[in-house]
Amino acid sequence: MSADVSVTETSGHLGPERAVLIRGGAPYGEDRADLLLAGGAILAVGADASGHPDAGDAEVIDADGLVVLPGLVDLHTHLREPGGEDAETVATGSAAAALGGYTAVFAMPNTEPTADTAGVVEQVYRLGREVGLVDVQPIGAVTVGRRGTQLAELAAMATSAAAVRVFSDDGDCVADPLLMRRALEYVKAFDGVIAQHAQEPRLTLHAQMHEGAVSGRLGLAGWPAVAEEAIVARDCLLADHVGSRLHVCHLSTAGSAELVAAAKARGTAVTAEVTPHHLLLADENAASYDPVFKVNPPLRTDTDVTALRSALAAGTIDAVATDHAPHARQDKECEWAAARPGMLGLQTALSVVVEAMVTTGLLDWRGVARVMSENPARIGGLAGHGRPIAAGEPANLVLVDADARWTVRAAELVSLSRNTPFEGRELPARVVTTFLRGRPTVRDGAPAGHHVLAGVTA
Amino acid sequence: MTTTTVSTMATDFQTQAARLPRHLLSAADLDRNAAIEVLDTAERLDQAIAGREVRKLPTLRGRTVVNLFFEDSTRTRISFEVAAKRLSADVINFSAKGSSVSKGESLKDTALTLQAMGADAVVCRHSASGAPHRLAGWVSGSVVNAGDGTHEHPTQALLDAFTLRRHLIGPDRSAGAGLDGRHVVIVGDVLHSRVARSNVLLLSTLGASVTLVAPPTLLPVGVEAWPCQVSYDLDSALAGADAVMMLRVQRERMDGAFFPTVREYTRGYGLDLRRRALIAPDGIVMHPGPMNRGVEIAPAVADGDGSVITEQVANGVTVRMAVLYLLLSGGAGVAGDGRVGQVEQGGAA
Repeated sequence: MSADVSVTETSGHLGPERAVLIRGGAPYGEDRADLLLAGGAILAVGADASGHPDAGDAEVIDADGLVVLPGLVDLHTHLREPGGEDAETVATGSAAAALGGYTAVFAMPNTEPTADTAGVVEQVYRLGREVGLVDVQPIGAVTVGRRGTQLAELAAMATSAAAVRVFSDDGDCVADPLLMRRALEYVKAFDGVIAQHAQEPRLTLHAQMHEGAVSGRLGLAGWPAVAEEAIVARDCLLADHVGSRLHVCHLSTAGSAELVAAAKARGTAVTAEVTPHHLLLADENAASYDPVFKVNPPLRTDTDVTALRSALAAGTIDAVATDHAPHARQDKECEWAAARPGMLGLQTALSVVVEAMVTTGLLDWRGVARVMSENPARIGGLAGHGRPIAAGEPANLVLVDADARWTVRAAELVSLSRNTPFEGRELPARVVTTFLRGRPTVRDGAPAGHHVLAGVTA
Repeated sequence: MTTTTVSTMATDFQTQAARLPRHLLSAADLDRNAAIEVLDTAERLDQAIAGREVRKLPTLRGRTVVNLFFEDSTRTRISFEVAAKRLSADVINFSAKGSSVSKGESLKDTALTLQAMGADAVVCRHSASGAPHRLAGWVSGSVVNAGDGTHEHPTQALLDAFTLRRHLIGPDRSAGAGLDGRHVVIVGDVLHSRVARSNVLLLSTLGASVTLVAPPTLLPVGVEAWPCQVSYDLDSALAGADAVMMLRVQRERMDGAFFPTVREYTRGYGLDLRRRALIAPDGIVMHPGPMNRGVEIAPAVADGDGSVITEQVANGVTVRMAVLYLLLSGGAGVAGDGRVGQVEQGGAA
């Protein structure tokens, strides 16, 4: 808890409210345009910015050659607090998010206690505000204790201070079709969405990795693609039937992408996300038996990776979401079967997306802004994020050095945990500066304010 | 070679043993030459010890072998223990029953403890696939996989290959020989069998053709990529086979909807006298044990002509002596080419 205290104390050290003039940056990697930020908003763009009367006193930030994007929004983050503070806290997770270019994250409810009441979601929401590095938007559990038997008080969470709109039993599937139907129907009253962890539980008993040639060879129990696809298909049909919004978490197979494309084509209100690791890594990594590659849903085949990239480029998959899942060291330094599934993601997501999508020509920077900021904010109903870079809009922005290359070192990540699957890997693009409502939370690739992370990284 | 003394054997092996990796984690770690080297070494050790009053060689005196068994397996543990003792190694039996999680201490802490005690070799049996791979990244000694989950059991495959070679080639002519052109049928729960995985890899490396026979529910997805044939029909697969290896059917599979009833399983995939008669006239019957008599194998077959099941147990000691010998005294155990070890250590850094 000392981490919280130090961050809480220093959230006021981020700097006085002062206008900022960003010089020479290129919004969406296109034409350069200066940006004047004041009062938490973008005051002026281009010639209007440098010529603005307030520009004279403004702090000038040299963004020459940097790409300017709207602050990233993560629909799928595990902050682990309350209950899992040995793996991550709201403070450390927020810091990782800011360093990764995020200005908002949706916090998954599989905490201890479960975020299945107004009280717990408000606690997480409040912790996020106190830390102040990103907007922490809680996701509420669909069922009590995520046990999949009884609906949680969804409306209470929706009307709480946290104003929850996204509900998920992530980590577990809402497998009971009747319960899923009711959940989809019920959240229509407050324009909510059910974010489904699509995993047929009976088809994945004891599952350890993607079922295929590699699992057969390694003697690890298989997690077949059909266990995801069966639920995706069922839920699309249910969403159609009751006219509700469905969001598919961490879609991982070529077959799921086809199902979502078909559902969208017939008008189903379905959206889907893909994780950075599913865009870059495949099941062959499990051959090391190093559980840093154990994740749920599991890493799939190269064919799936290719299909997921195409689906993201085509808009079938709407968003990239990290599924940032910190785990304490003892939960990864063990046998594969004993290890907990999940990977760090917040500080590497943008670079991985650039590697998988931009350098391959599948997405331009407009596309990156769409899948990492605009679409996730829209899906999650989060006002003030994922907005255009234009005068009058909230000043949630990230400056990216697109030409930089860096090598991932778990020990240098700010998360409390070390479970990155990209250890030692060189990746393109680096976050230089992140602004949350006009205030820098990250400067020159480091946390803004000297004391922000004191006690957090110790 | 039959009269070679132990001291000259050691010199021979030191030049040849560089082919062995630092650890024996998978049968795939052995190429054809390395596999034959292990089998030839086993033959020579067997002959060397047979002529002795005290059935012991001084080769591994002063070296420590730890038997680290996280899963009950009296047979395999004793086999390794006898093998190490016949080579005069100090043997420590570290029985950590149940998983590391339920025991409280993590596999890594156990590994660091063994490391601190200076184990030269760790023989690891674990219910989790890949546990010996993990261990190999945390200890500096050699790790021998004595069966990991549903993955592999490479010394079982070596003893099976040794037994096959003795019977199908003959002990006098087997030195340097593989199993080229021989046909081995492996029957039963391939999906969960570490014995089957290791045998498919090793026997195919040695040139044998392998056919797996099982109901489709007990074959892993992706088996078509393995270096073997697959069949659902035992009768046709057995025709003219040089050997048939029956796998144990685990009690829990019977309740897991993998097949309707034990009776139906036995009818389709059990080895009775009628089926026994389908293999080649001098063909042999094998089983890694322990057997479910009357389920996968009829007692009359298990105890009948051509059954080499108890001989497999005896050969297990011999082959494990060869493995420990080559890993620990061949120089490979200290430095070696580290093929597997380096990968693991890099991953654990």
